[in-house]
Amino acid sequence: MRELATVDRKILAKLQGDFPICERPYAEAAEQIGISEDELLQRLQQLLADKVLTRFGPMFQIEEMGGAFVLAALAAPEARYDEVTALVNELPAVAHNYRREHALNMWFVLATETKDGIAEAIARIEHDTGLPVYAFPKEREFFVEMKLEARL
Amino acid sequence: MIDDIDRALIVATQGGLPLVPRPYHALAEQLGLSADEVMRRLKIMLETGIIRRIGAVPNHYAIGWIANGMTVWDVADEQVDQLGERIGALDFVTHCYRRPRALPAWPFNLFAMVHGASRDECSAKAAEIRALLGEACRQSDILYSTKILKKSGLRIGS
Repeated sequence: MRELATVDRKILAKLQGDFPICERPYAEAAEQIGISEDELLQRLQQLLADKVLTRFGPMFQIEEMGGAFVLAALAAPEARYDEVTALVNELPAVAHNYRREHALNMWFVLATETKDGIAEAIARIEHDTGLPVYAFPKEREFFVEMKLEARL
Repeated sequence: MIDDIDRALIVATQGGLPLVPRPYHALAEQLGLSADEVMRRLKIMLETGIIRRIGAVPNHYAIGWIANGMTVWDVADEQVDQLGERIGALDFVTHCYRRPRALPAWPFNLFAMVHGASRDECSAKAAEIRALLGEACRQSDILYSTKILKKSGLRIGS
C-alpha cells in the first residue's frame, strides 16, 4: 500500500462522481482540482496502474436497463477455496467477489442483462462447483452511496 | 429501456472511459457516432439512472479503509422497513438493503455495510446500528471481507 500524494487525495475526494460530460471533461475536472489536464490524465493512469482505483468511468445500474443485480454466497471448503474462486470468477456475470469470515465464506454479486440470467448463472456455479449457492436479492434498497475519502 | 446504440456505449465504457483529452470524441469515433450523440445519450442515461454516476472507483483497501464489514441483522419483519430507512440514513453506512432470509442457514434480513481503518472502528459503528435497532433486533453478525477476489464491475457481452 502506498502513501497517497495530496493531489491524488484531492482527485479521490472530487472525482468519485459528477465527472463532466463535455468536450474536454478532464480539463474541466482538472481545473476544479487545481492541476493541468495533462497531470490529471497521468495521475489517473498511475492510480489505475497501482490499483488504487479499480476503474474510472460510468457506473451502470443494470436493473434500470431490464437486468438484475443479485448478491449471492456459498460455503467453499478451505481445501478447495482457490479452485472454487477460479470457477466463480470465470463467469462474466460475477461483477465482484469477496472472501468473508463466515461459514458462508464467499460473497459475490451477479450482474446479468436479463432477470433470467441470474438463475442461469447460479445454476452454472452450482454445477461447476458442486456447492449450493444462496441468493440474496435485494427486496428493498434503503441507501447506496459508495463514496469513501482516502484515509492514508 | 436501452437500444442497441446505448448498449454499444455501455459495452465500450464498462471497463472505463478512455484516458484522453476528448474521451467522448474517442468513443464516438470507435462506435461510428457523432460526439454530440455520445454525450447526449450518456446524459440521458445519467438522468434516468442507468448510469448511477461517472467517476473514480477506488479500491477501498488501497485508500486506507482496510476493515470492511458487512453487518447483518435479524429484524422483526413488521419493523424492518422503518428501521432500514433509519440505518440507511446513518452517515457511515454506504449500502443498506433488506434481503430475504435463508433459514436455517441465514436468519438475517437487513444488511448494512460499514468501513473503517480498523475492525474496532467497524464494531463501534455496528454498535450504533445495534442501539438504533433496539429490541426489534433478535441477532446479528459482522462479516469482514479479508480479500477482494474480483472487482471488475458490470461486464455485459459485446
